[in-house]
Amino acid sequence: MDNAQLDDLIKRRLDEILPAKIEEKLAELRAKKPGSMTIIATRGTLDWAYPPFILSSTAAALGWNVSIFFTFYGLQLLRRDISHLQVSPLGNPAMPMKMPFGPDWFRAINWNIPNIVQAGIPGFESLATALMKKTISNNGVAEIGELRSLALEAGVNMVGCQMTVDLFGFKHGDFIPEVKEYCGAATFLPMAQQADVSLFM
Amino acid sequence: MPNTFLDAKGLNCPLPILRAKKAIQGLDIGGLLDIHATDPGAVKDFAAFCRSTGNELVSSAQEGNVYKFTIKRVN
Repeated sequence: MDNAQLDDLIKRRLDEILPAKIEEKLAELRAKKPGSMTIIATRGTLDWAYPPFILSSTAAALGWNVSIFFTFYGLQLLRRDISHLQVSPLGNPAMPMKMPFGPDWFRAINWNIPNIVQAGIPGFESLATALMKKTISNNGVAEIGELRSLALEAGVNMVGCQMTVDLFGFKHGDFIPEVKEYCGAATFLPMAQQADVSLFM
Repeated sequence: MPNTFLDAKGLNCPLPILRAKKAIQGLDIGGLLDIHATDPGAVKDFAAFCRSTGNELVSSAQEGNVYKFTIKRVN
């Protein structure tokens, strides 16, 4: 048998056994590697504060490595005190407007308040926020500050966008000290590239 | 050794999972955690949690509107 024949034989045999072997090794590696997720948090209202903290704390509980990049209005979620976060029903037709107290028939009413009325009543957002917070506690949903603490405690890495910090005139001292890093898109993107799951919120 | 007990009744997603995770970390390997919850989403969530973390869901049952789980710490 000459070399060419031998090469041909080896090549054919490798083609037969390699794909299965590679699949097996890859599956082994995948099983060993913990999951990972990166989130871009861009919103600063009470309702939109929930998704990044719920998903990140849960992912951390599953043993994943998680980083959240807070940019634009999302920076509000990193402030030391987040009890000021508000929700706005204005221009948000998907938001049910129900009262979190009173008899069942009263709670069932969906208050369809026209935008022009909402916009004209001073303090309407504060009222809506107070009602939302009551609904949240009635339903055993975590208070937002508690959820953020749980996420931090579980090891979620929180990163601030330096450009937006400057843009909005914030100081690093405005934010919780657990934020170890302020950076830009060039730092975040390679993190996202390595992650199994990457979400924009 | 008696099972550790976590009362997650009245708590909603993701609190039962987060509290359970913390409680499991306090167990010895092989230790058991009993959980009572009222969030109907917890049934699928605890099954998925155990699949992901490699812990064993020993039992999952419903009594009235209370969901009862037992999880064994495996790793």
